[in-house]
Amino acid sequence: MTLSHLEASGLVTLPTPQATTRIAAAVRGRARTWTPVCAYTDLLPERGACALVDGHQIAIFRTFDGALYAIGNRDPFSGAHVLSRGIVGTRNGEPTVASPMYKQVFSLVTGVCLDDPDVSVPVYAIRLNDNVVEVGR
Amino acid sequence: MSTATAGRERGTATRVVVAGYGPAAHRFIERLGELGFGGSITVLGEEPRPAYDRVALTSYLGGKTAEDLTYPVPEGVTVRLGDPVVAIDREARRVRTASGHAEPYDVLVLATGSRPFVPPVPGRDLPGCHVYRTIDDLDAIRERAGHVTSGVVVGGGLLGLEAADALRGLGLATHVVEVADRLMPRQVDEGGGAVLRRHIEALGLSVHTGVAVERIEAGPDGAVARVVLSGGQVIETGLVVFSAGVRPRDELAREAGLPVGERGGIVVDEGMRTADPAIYAIGECALAGGTVHGLVGPCLTMAEVAADRICGGIAAFTGADTSTKLKLLGVDVASFGDITGEGTLDVTYLDPVGGVYHRLFVSDDARTLLGGICVGDATAYQTLRPLVGRELPGSPTELLFGGTAGVAVDLPDDAQVCSCNNVTAGRIRAAIAGEGCTDIAAIKGCTRAGTACGSCVPMLKRLLEQSGVRQSKAMCEHFAYSRAELFDIVRVRGINSFSRLIAEYGTGRGCDICKPAVASILASLGNGHILDGEQAALQDTNDHFLANIQRNGTYSVVPRIPGGEITPEKLIVIGEVARDFGLYTKITGAQRIDLLGARVEQLPRIWKRLVDAGFESGHAYGKAVRTVKSCVGSTWCRYGVQDSVGMAIALELRYRGLRAPHKIKAAVSGCARECAEARGKDFGVIATERGWNLYVGGNGGFRPRHADLLASDLSDEELVRTIDRFLMYYIRTADRLQRTSDWLENLEGGLDRLREVIIEDSLGICAELDAQMERHVAGYVDEWRATLEDPEKLRRFVSFINAPDTPDPSISFEIERDQIKPVMIPLEAVR
Repeated sequence: MTLSHLEASGLVTLPTPQATTRIAAAVRGRARTWTPVCAYTDLLPERGACALVDGHQIAIFRTFDGALYAIGNRDPFSGAHVLSRGIVGTRNGEPTVASPMYKQVFSLVTGVCLDDPDVSVPVYAIRLNDNVVEVGR
Repeated sequence: MSTATAGRERGTATRVVVAGYGPAAHRFIERLGELGFGGSITVLGEEPRPAYDRVALTSYLGGKTAEDLTYPVPEGVTVRLGDPVVAIDREARRVRTASGHAEPYDVLVLATGSRPFVPPVPGRDLPGCHVYRTIDDLDAIRERAGHVTSGVVVGGGLLGLEAADALRGLGLATHVVEVADRLMPRQVDEGGGAVLRRHIEALGLSVHTGVAVERIEAGPDGAVARVVLSGGQVIETGLVVFSAGVRPRDELAREAGLPVGERGGIVVDEGMRTADPAIYAIGECALAGGTVHGLVGPCLTMAEVAADRICGGIAAFTGADTSTKLKLLGVDVASFGDITGEGTLDVTYLDPVGGVYHRLFVSDDARTLLGGICVGDATAYQTLRPLVGRELPGSPTELLFGGTAGVAVDLPDDAQVCSCNNVTAGRIRAAIAGEGCTDIAAIKGCTRAGTACGSCVPMLKRLLEQSGVRQSKAMCEHFAYSRAELFDIVRVRGINSFSRLIAEYGTGRGCDICKPAVASILASLGNGHILDGEQAALQDTNDHFLANIQRNGTYSVVPRIPGGEITPEKLIVIGEVARDFGLYTKITGAQRIDLLGARVEQLPRIWKRLVDAGFESGHAYGKAVRTVKSCVGSTWCRYGVQDSVGMAIALELRYRGLRAPHKIKAAVSGCARECAEARGKDFGVIATERGWNLYVGGNGGFRPRHADLLASDLSDEELVRTIDRFLMYYIRTADRLQRTSDWLENLEGGLDRLREVIIEDSLGICAELDAQMERHVAGYVDEWRATLEDPEKLRRFVSFINAPDTPDPSISFEIERDQIKPVMIPLEAVR
């Protein structure tokens, strides 16, 4: 499912943390447990950080408008766990991160690589609980 | 001429032998290849090297190497160098070389060129007398110039002035002696000659016209000591360069019984064939249409015609464009079309103050352009030359006084735009419309236009514009501006944040293209620490962690070692840090030490140790000034003439931390042996006995380029000031990720333009550039020290935000040659 499908369905209004959660839910569609990882204010606007959750590396991002996103930290093009260190931006309005390794751009919403749509990274649920950022798996 | 190819059949495969290996021969064999010639090609050359760009010969003395000028030998061509043809056996169809080698041919092409004419004056064979023709000649002149203080050039034509320019460049007091009553008698008239003379004398050259050299006298050492002119004047000099014209080398043909012209030159028909149907002649040795041509354009055309004929074509050489445009000693000189002025009207414009002379020759109804001469300013040349023989786009007076900028010129398709390669406007339009060429580089690749002398490049640009091709300057989808434009916006509007810039001048929220570019602009203009506030979000991972990311996600640490000089104590500290953190160490190509394999959370602790020991950031991670490499210079080296280490350290410390569109590397060599390889750098400094020579625009890497000589014999202060301005002008105007080499090559007007802007201050911005650099130097703070002092910044240096002390478990190492090496992470098969 792509962002435009979701928008067309009227399911989401982008981008808010809540919406992201619903997208992730729509994408993954199963029950989850929530793990608190950091304070919201620990995250720099438009920058990523990596959280270690049950041995999984999850890249979490806080965008300019305050929205939160979570994707797998592993860059499928290099194999290195580095996506959280990429540059956050937009492509046609869609929030993105560019891998710091070979610069492929990934959608923060769907995890799809916008430069090579056959490749994608997992998308995780993320939410704000009081001032605490929680990642769902 | 025309190169009609109608009716061509693939020529029968034959053995083609070429005698001579100059530019015409090169073009000939290249053209044969393009036409799909299936036979064997053998080239027998006299010089010890393949063909090279003779038009650019003088640049060899300016620092270009023989390799820079040499054309690549096309594949499948057999070449014998240093072994000229000495005889032709037409019966047996075989040539014999100086070494006795015999080479059979089916078709022989004579491309033996010409030899410099040396007037029969007494003393012309003395040591110190030279001609100006080959790279070997230039080597000999350079060697001689090292022992003398003045030089005389015999001949004030095109080549003579070029030779004079070369002698001046070698630091000699230079005289030019011309028999005619003016300089460049074949290209300009009396008025133009007078203006030209004033320009050249203003440069400190002595011009003697209307006199001949009577004799050359030797000194006690048996070498040239003085030149005596026909008027009795004596010039004390140790070096004489003859440049009084050339004579075709037709003796092979003469001896083989082929007809030659009264004044030399092998007679050929319009298909470049001699009286023997198996023998062709091309280039300066040929007499085509009753004329021996000495300009590169016609010679290359002859080469193409001969190749076409040999492949069964019907191309013909029916005369040539003798237009010339040159920048001699910094003076524009151009002539085109018919300038004999017989039975025509002419209009002259003379500005003695500005040193400009223009003269147009038009038909007697003043409507058709016949020819013209431009001295001092040749901007009109590009527009006017293709219009020769056509109706003028305005009155001659308008053209002379109003310039050509406002004239809407729509070149007819058959107008020749590139005379070196005989490319018409129609061919270029076809390349743009039919072959999808959307920039100058593509047009060059497609049509060859603009690849020889380059003077038609502005016309190519205009044709692109006229064809409706708009070059997008947009950096990315977020900004419709080029980097240079954004730089000016930020500078002039005083913008100090990405958010404000994108809100006012962009769309969206940026990307990995525009964010680092804007970060670099903000940093170049001195907006504080690169990790301060919002700027932190703009940096790519290297700048964000002040270290270079490597393939397994670890980082490298590179402390600054200015000029490559380091104390034993500091060396020991680096060794201890590497040992204690288990890092891989390697000496880099830039005289520093790389420490590899550091995890994000280790970086602050590593740098704490280094900073405490007196190290600072080497900026190996940034698009910034990196290193200034050096040799040991006059302090230790028996050849060094200046303190290259001291200068390298001073320059590296001055420019440390300076952010730019691309990384910048530099070097200082203590003598011309160039052990620091300064000419492969963005700026390179080479010591001379009189100071420093500054080279700019060099490049290692993917597309290597030797730097060009910008200025010579500079004092320390002049050197630093010139580099200051060079760097700041580059930072201001280059595109994103454009290295100085590309920037310089794309700079309109090239090196001359750069000199005008940063040395002569033609734009009046030098004071600003100087001040900008002073601000940078005064505001420098070590990025790592500042980071270590700021707990907020340090918090980012963790592998995991929820487990700051946990190292990334995906990173592991194995041992190779006693050091660590990353264990590569396998990629998923599904990818």
